[in-house]
Amino acid sequence: MIELSATKIQSVRDDFPILSRSIYGKPLVYLDNAATTQKPNSVIDAISNYYRNDNANVHRGVHYLSQQATGAFEDVRKQLAAFVNAGSPTEIIFTRGATEAINLVAWSFCETFLNAGDEIIVSALDHHSNIVPWQAACIRKGAHLKVIPVTPEGELNLEEFEKLLSDRTRMVAISHISNTLGTINPIADIVKSAHNHGIPVFIDGAQGLSHGPVDVQELDCDFYAFSAHKMYGPMGIGGLYGKSSWLNKMQPYQLGGEMIDKVTFAKTTYNEIPYKFEAGTPNVADVMGFGAAISYLQEIGWDFIKAQETDILNYATASLLEIEGVKIVGTSAHKAAIVSFLIEGIHFFDAGTILDHMGIAVRTGNHCTQPLMDFLGINGTLRASMAFYNTRQEIDRLVAGIHQVKILFA
Amino acid sequence: MTISETIDQIINEFNQFDDWMDKYNYLIEMGRSVPLIDETKKTDSNLITGCQSRVWLSSEYKDGLIYFTADSDAVITKGIAFLLIRVFSGHTPTEIMEAETTFLDMIGLKEHLSPTRSNGLLSMVKQIKLYAFAYQVKEKNS
Repeated sequence: MIELSATKIQSVRDDFPILSRSIYGKPLVYLDNAATTQKPNSVIDAISNYYRNDNANVHRGVHYLSQQATGAFEDVRKQLAAFVNAGSPTEIIFTRGATEAINLVAWSFCETFLNAGDEIIVSALDHHSNIVPWQAACIRKGAHLKVIPVTPEGELNLEEFEKLLSDRTRMVAISHISNTLGTINPIADIVKSAHNHGIPVFIDGAQGLSHGPVDVQELDCDFYAFSAHKMYGPMGIGGLYGKSSWLNKMQPYQLGGEMIDKVTFAKTTYNEIPYKFEAGTPNVADVMGFGAAISYLQEIGWDFIKAQETDILNYATASLLEIEGVKIVGTSAHKAAIVSFLIEGIHFFDAGTILDHMGIAVRTGNHCTQPLMDFLGINGTLRASMAFYNTRQEIDRLVAGIHQVKILFA
Repeated sequence: MTISETIDQIINEFNQFDDWMDKYNYLIEMGRSVPLIDETKKTDSNLITGCQSRVWLSSEYKDGLIYFTADSDAVITKGIAFLLIRVFSGHTPTEIMEAETTFLDMIGLKEHLSPTRSNGLLSMVKQIKLYAFAYQVKEKNS
């Protein structure tokens, strides 16, 4: 049994300096973790320590600092490869974040493998970042974008998905977890179905990798994108796992710097993977922070994270449903700690503005999922997205806030 | 009343409130009680989209003065839109183009005009200024 005592949670909270600050004179209740998670001291220290003591450009110099930075940088690649159980560290590419990882594959893969008349499958509940790059690739190549519909509960309609798979499908691009509704998609089943037709699968794991372990080899997905800042790491860094069999065949995405092998004016050859996809000087400091974030997650442990997030999700769902007029949007039985909701008769912007003044940070709007909003026939929601450091007392503050909003707008 | 007189009046009204809740209560009341925009004016061409709330803005030019009406699907946004209309409506294009919106700062509502807020109000101010510019050009050419 995992210990979820107040002492344990408080000791975890103490690792995050921002959680003890006040907003408008009230203790911060941070419930916008799907947008970005807060950073523990170890991550902040790793970044500042890098700039204070270890800064040098990687892969270039013979001098001590450069070699030390290169070693540390490549160590994080190995750490990440082990974290997601990639076959080799060369299958891990550093990017600015999940969005850049998606753009990389949507460009590089489609440049080589997408032709006029081909099809790419996305879903109606995906983030704009996992729709628009594929849509643009289809426009560029004269291909067609197919969309998996969503059930009223906010789950993918798998029967319809099966019907969309065709001999012209070149890629299935799907999110691991819906950033708006919290639905955990059955990605293992999706990979199996797609692979039965010989079609590769791209997983947008921006929301996935912070809530539970991912084993890309067991899952057998072809690509998995992730973002450090949603995993308690720094902004501006993320990555892509890709099977080397695909990465080796794909065109480079950006050109120059470390990705070059040999340059003449007649011909340029490119470096091996992963460097082929890492043009220019990489964001070394934030890679150090990312490494620290992975270490922190491992130290806290998935058992604690999952137990605590399940508890807080169930508590938040039950507490919100007790409020008259509150409706939860997205009622799948398989959900991460994200709750989207509406308050009857009150615009989400009005509610969010008042909650903000009470020190409660929730997200309002369409959450970069306009097609999903159209599908559900709404303009937006309020969204409380929790992390393992959130407490039941904070959910109580949210509930009290909503009661006050209701009085104010009654 | 001149634009700066209206602004002074609004600042005085808001100075009575010590508590943010009273201030928002006042905005909400205003958002509720002000006349709605004529339904026929709630067209797509009059719609200013923010990702948070939507604002409709309509203008009319009569005897050298511009009159605005507005609406929003969010009550707080509508209350602030009404403040902007109180300031700008019924003035000449030149007066409107020269007027500032820093008064929102002085009554503690500055964040509602921030671009990240995306509630349509910043675009509404730009649109008001654009109408003023357009009517001025039209006036000169007529």
